[in-house]
Amino acid sequence: MAVSTIAPGGRLTTTEGVARLFDYWLTVYKRTWKGSIVSSFLSPLFYVLAMGVLLGGFVHVSPARLDGATSYLQFIVPGLIAAQAMTTGVGETTYPVMGAIKWHKSFFAQLATPLEVRDLTNAMLLFVMCRLALTCGVYFLVMAPFGVFESWWGPILAWFVTILTGMSFATLTFAYSAHIKGPESFGLIFRLGLIPLFLFSGAFFPITNLGTFGEWVARCTPLWHGVNLTRMLCLDNVVWSTAAINLFILVAVTVVGWWLAIRSLGARVRS
Amino acid sequence: MIHARDLRKSFSSKSGEIVEAVKGIDLDVRRGEAFGFLGPNGAGKSSTMRMIAAVSPVSGGELRILGMDPATDGPAIRSRLGVCPQDDTLDVELNVFDNLYIYGRYFGIPKAEVRERAEELLEFVQLTEKRAAKVEDLSGGMKRRLTIARSLINRPDLLLLDEPTTGLDPQARHVLWDRLFRLKQQGVTLVITTHYMDEAEQLCDRLVVMDRGVIAAEGSPLELIRQHSTREVAELRFPVGDHDATAEKIADLGERVEVLPDRILVYSDDGEHVLAKVHERGLDPIATLVRRSTLEDVFLRLTGRTLVD
Repeated sequence: MAVSTIAPGGRLTTTEGVARLFDYWLTVYKRTWKGSIVSSFLSPLFYVLAMGVLLGGFVHVSPARLDGATSYLQFIVPGLIAAQAMTTGVGETTYPVMGAIKWHKSFFAQLATPLEVRDLTNAMLLFVMCRLALTCGVYFLVMAPFGVFESWWGPILAWFVTILTGMSFATLTFAYSAHIKGPESFGLIFRLGLIPLFLFSGAFFPITNLGTFGEWVARCTPLWHGVNLTRMLCLDNVVWSTAAINLFILVAVTVVGWWLAIRSLGARVRS
Repeated sequence: MIHARDLRKSFSSKSGEIVEAVKGIDLDVRRGEAFGFLGPNGAGKSSTMRMIAAVSPVSGGELRILGMDPATDGPAIRSRLGVCPQDDTLDVELNVFDNLYIYGRYFGIPKAEVRERAEELLEFVQLTEKRAAKVEDLSGGMKRRLTIARSLINRPDLLLLDEPTTGLDPQARHVLWDRLFRLKQQGVTLVITTHYMDEAEQLCDRLVVMDRGVIAAEGSPLELIRQHSTREVAELRFPVGDHDATAEKIADLGERVEVLPDRILVYSDDGEHVLAKVHERGLDPIATLVRRSTLEDVFLRLTGRTLVD
């Protein structure tokens, strides 16, 4: 009777699974894009103005102490975009994931259909990726006239890096949000995760200022790898061996996080 | 449609203890019938339903849905099922029509066709005028009807309804029963869980009475009443505290006497005769009622407890 039946033992392909959820996420996007503009675009712009332009006016140091940047604004912009990617990635996978499990239960509605946990996770993460692409893309475009980029191709590659940076956080946060029982635990992520990372991962000052130990701690965080790679690309002073390590870490964290996300949601909904 | 042998479901609780929700049940649901699970909260009905819906793994025994194994054929089974869950899982931020449209897309139904079906189903559940309304603005009964419409979007072979009228007012329940009855007439196989005996009597051709994870009895509502109860029941209400003592005085008047906190039930094929005898013995109940036996009485007989506390 049903139009689209599946043969016994069969399952949807990964692409089919995501495609069937496309209309849902498109609708979610249509109803939330206005609100997201404010949070994902205006507030970073305020940071650039306050920290980059106004505070940066007081910072006069040689480019050697700013990873090769000729101005503080030029130094801070790539870091701010990478940090914004992290914030967006985390924001899109905390309350939205918990809501889909606990409040509006859309995951359960979807799981009553041929869709599987894998499809739900993939579709939501793909949606987050699109949102990151848009948020970071607009950020790069708006910053271009400020003369902070040293080449035309650097920011384009950096754009992909910021998306990847955001995804490394989004996948891990998805796994965490699917695991915890209530939203109280999000305070932990925001206060002990997001804020220290934002402040001490090289977005606002070179991590060499943190001392030997602090510098190594910073190097262990995915955000530093995102900030560093984005900055090298934007300032056109890429050290390719470092870039390869940065890229490897970001890809590895994303892949592991993605695997954990599917596992974690699976454990949560199958009882 | 459904075949289960020694079906079991257990969970590990927070303290690590294993809780058995379903303790080995046998079931056979045939095409076109309306089959019910009747039982109080915690009887194992919802756990059984979730296994049948191929969303909860079977802990033991054998289960076949539409001839398939939920462990390996989950997506195939779910593509042919309609599920109306106990909790509303409608998307509250979408309007009524979009809830159906989006859900239809999960089944891979082409856009034009899903729109057509959504319109038909809105008509069927009498929500056409509400097509542009937001879900949060709907009444409880309307939401439940929308959930039923949503569960029919893939034209399922088997429709699972978990407590479909819990929390609804009497009028909304009757509207819903009418729609379910029409579905049954169209040949849709219905599986319903409920703790309302009137609902089970109205809708089910056949049912099982579940209690504490096992099946206590099985049959049509009429068969169950015939087997486990008398034709009539005389309900007697005496002043509080007098029930136990009074029950002893009238124990011989019926086949069976049940003492509930608020009344005494005397099971007999002639309720009026029981009343006359009660008065003859000089007893003066505050209120009396003679009625036909219902599934509630069957349940009381089988489990010693009432269905709804």
